[in-house]
Amino acid sequence: MTSIAKPPVRHPGLPKNALGLTKRDYEGAMSTLCAGCGHDSVTAALVQAFWESDCPPHRAAKMSGIGCSSKTTAYFMKHSHGFNSVHGRMPSVTSGANAANRDLMYIGISGDGDSLSIGLGQMSHAIRRNVRMLYMLENNGVYGLTKGQFSAASDIGSTSKKGEANVQPPIDPCLLALTLGATFVARSFSGDKDQLVPIIKAGLAHNGFALIDVISPCVSFNDHEGSTKSYKYTRAHEVELTSSDFVPLRREITTPNADTEMTAVTMHDGSTVRFRKTHEDYDPTNREQAWLHVRECQKRGEVATGILYIEEGGKDMHALAKTVGTPLVDLPYSVLCPGSKALDALMEEYR
Amino acid sequence: MSQINDFAFKMGTVNGTGSASANSLLMQAIFRMGIPVTGKNIFPSNIQGLPTWYEIRVSKDGYTARPPEIDLMVAINPATYKKDVACVRPGGYLMYDSSWPMPEELQRDDITILGVPFGTMCVETFERDRDRTLLRNIAYAGALAALLEIDMDVVHEMLNEKFGKKKALLDLNFTAIRLGYDYAKANFECPLPFHLKRMDETSGHILMDGNTACGLGAVFAGATVGAWYPITPSTSLMEAFKAFCEEYRVDKATGLNNYCIIQAEDELSAAGIAIGANWAGARAFTNTSGPGISLMQEFIGLAYFTEIPCVFFDVQRVGPATGMPTRTQQGDLFSLAYASHGDTKHIVLFPANPEDAFYLSITAFDLADRFQTPVFVATDLDIGMNDWMVKRLQWDDTRTWDRGKVLNAEELEKVKSFSRYLDVDGDGIAARTLPGVGAKGAYFVRGSGHNKHGAYTEDSAEYQEVLDRLALKFHTAASVVPAPEFFVQPDAEIGIVSIGGCHAAVLEAVDRLKDQGIVADYMRIKAFPFCDDVQEFLVKHPVTFVVEQNRDAQLRAMLAIETGVARDRMTAVLDYGGEPLTARGVVSAVITHLQGATV
Repeated sequence: MTSIAKPPVRHPGLPKNALGLTKRDYEGAMSTLCAGCGHDSVTAALVQAFWESDCPPHRAAKMSGIGCSSKTTAYFMKHSHGFNSVHGRMPSVTSGANAANRDLMYIGISGDGDSLSIGLGQMSHAIRRNVRMLYMLENNGVYGLTKGQFSAASDIGSTSKKGEANVQPPIDPCLLALTLGATFVARSFSGDKDQLVPIIKAGLAHNGFALIDVISPCVSFNDHEGSTKSYKYTRAHEVELTSSDFVPLRREITTPNADTEMTAVTMHDGSTVRFRKTHEDYDPTNREQAWLHVRECQKRGEVATGILYIEEGGKDMHALAKTVGTPLVDLPYSVLCPGSKALDALMEEYR
Repeated sequence: MSQINDFAFKMGTVNGTGSASANSLLMQAIFRMGIPVTGKNIFPSNIQGLPTWYEIRVSKDGYTARPPEIDLMVAINPATYKKDVACVRPGGYLMYDSSWPMPEELQRDDITILGVPFGTMCVETFERDRDRTLLRNIAYAGALAALLEIDMDVVHEMLNEKFGKKKALLDLNFTAIRLGYDYAKANFECPLPFHLKRMDETSGHILMDGNTACGLGAVFAGATVGAWYPITPSTSLMEAFKAFCEEYRVDKATGLNNYCIIQAEDELSAAGIAIGANWAGARAFTNTSGPGISLMQEFIGLAYFTEIPCVFFDVQRVGPATGMPTRTQQGDLFSLAYASHGDTKHIVLFPANPEDAFYLSITAFDLADRFQTPVFVATDLDIGMNDWMVKRLQWDDTRTWDRGKVLNAEELEKVKSFSRYLDVDGDGIAARTLPGVGAKGAYFVRGSGHNKHGAYTEDSAEYQEVLDRLALKFHTAASVVPAPEFFVQPDAEIGIVSIGGCHAAVLEAVDRLKDQGIVADYMRIKAFPFCDDVQEFLVKHPVTFVVEQNRDAQLRAMLAIETGVARDRMTAVLDYGGEPLTARGVVSAVITHLQGATV
């Protein structure tokens, strides 16, 4: 069974968000992933981020494909509609859902197999289309459900549990997304919730496709010595390029430390992402520089994290298609059907 | 012998030289003279340079199938002279461009050859190379107008409509028409024995192709999301949808679109987009052809098992593989009816012509919503891309859409709890909710095993319960989908069954068989699953012919599988070369079989 319902337990003392909901209200079914799986930490970060963002759960749609990562849509926000589609095809289903109802918040959960192999085309084209969605790529560099094959995210030389070394070059989703014109590109680590939560919140506020590549170790098949996606390796090689705070529109902006040098990007909904400079000269609004920097880190065997690139003010799929503001699902039939008079007039053109 | 308003002529030209507009001008002019007319475009998978043909059939009796024989051939393309001269019936005519000496291959004693120096006249009359090429087509249209007595006032009226605002272009076209017309008048005995005479048989009719009709149907059905990947011969369906949306679906106040068309990266994505949009609550569709249907199989199974409505238009072309992309066939019947792995069965509708395609497209959206399942509209290249004379399309403003069982927030409040796949009404159809409706209606769509509540399961009994309900739902659909159309006669001794674009030829074949003393009842299948009437017809007719356009007699096999009637009781009449069916082919197959049976 991949979903076990959690018993409802009341904790009257739990803090509530602006909607009067506790974090428990953002949880889902019990995870059936392996104990210690990075994905469960990502789920916990998502719960925290949605709760802190005051998201009405029923206005969110959880989308996924197939694989360990794609199972996790069942493990948070049980009061949201969810769609576990086919392998590598979540981006198209989400594109369609978003086309039909632009008012929902779309959360796509994918993995490195789902996104970088079977679904590479779909992810790439959702980026090109700039579908407004949060796209979490839970990246463990391995096929877990089929027990340990290399994925397209495996680094050269990284070894499998059986000791075989990978020989093919990896596809870096962040470099790819930067190349394809993505307007929000971030990387984080499942073991770094403090970094991940504000990035998720910023991604949710982004007016377009927001990619978060989360290194999320597979404890069963890719957490050994020789793996470059293990907890140990990631902790040792993580280089934070930007450290961000997310400031929602409704809350008062207070600077934690006035001395820290900050830059801010205003999001589509008026909220703010503030960057603390952690890396000399890194500018997360410069695409070319971001690409070079991430590439340099990769060459050194480092894992660049943080919001790597952000561009607000771009056009999402609906702006590009000039769709009406009202969700298409809310248009009544009387608006959609041209009626007999129009048809009669049209028939004259076919004579 | 005089054949007024009952003959066929054919143009053989080079693709990409502008002959299409001359050919449609001719066809439309005849239509406006009140004479029933059909055009069949036999074209190559090519943009420029390969041979292309256009057949125009004039039929005072209103037959719209491909003509049985060619009375007059207009051979403009030297590359196909040999084939073109051979297609003319004995006693017929061939017109060619005599700017160059007549080649030996055009010689035939039993036909009349008419030479017109179209090339030379155009070179002498027009200055620009482009005009010389394009207007040669208009010149042959002029010669045909003289030979066949096409009303020149109608031709002028049409040119005016087309080029009225571009005076220079209009003058050039007038000149070109006169070049051909005057030459024919001066040099040949006009009109030919077969020619045109005004009638009043086309009022209340239109000329339309099936892709246009389907695109229009999608607009009237209230579809708002269209996802597609370009593929011949279905491309013009989405282009039509787009054009109609631009006309009828732009919000007047804001100038913004009440629709969203997405050209996807491939057919898999197109299917995913259409399914995602339907899940979210829009009416959405995708249009494709055989290769696209092959690519969409996985998604079709997902939509079937998770019960998401979705309309798929399949404009069939010749397969397998790339096949012949610009030729027609009905080879996708199996791959639509039983699409995807595992136990799956789907609703498929089979329009016979563009008029039917318009109405069945709208029905398809209603059925998809009502049964929460993929619904296919299976047309073919002949229906989709050729102009057919059909009745004017009509709309009843009291008609509204059938969205099926969708629980809104109010209705959800009234139920104790919501279970996505629970069959409350006993018809196999469970109620669904749309995302965003509220926490109570939230559920998890999963292509993996699920129980009636929508929860994951690997339990045999729970899984089977869902699968059996899906079978019941399909059974319910059999009595709801459009019933077959029956054409019965007293004392019929044989039965004919057919489908889709074969209809026009079979109707005509039934008449021709009767001329020869063979009385046939005819059943035209309009939808899958088959209702009880289908089995009844087969049982009632011990001698049954199943006419279809594929090699493996797919319809016959489906009839045998689904009705239990023995396959050998049905004689397959097959035509799968890629060109539209003719009545003559059907008649000769039936007669040959009957004669064989009596020997």
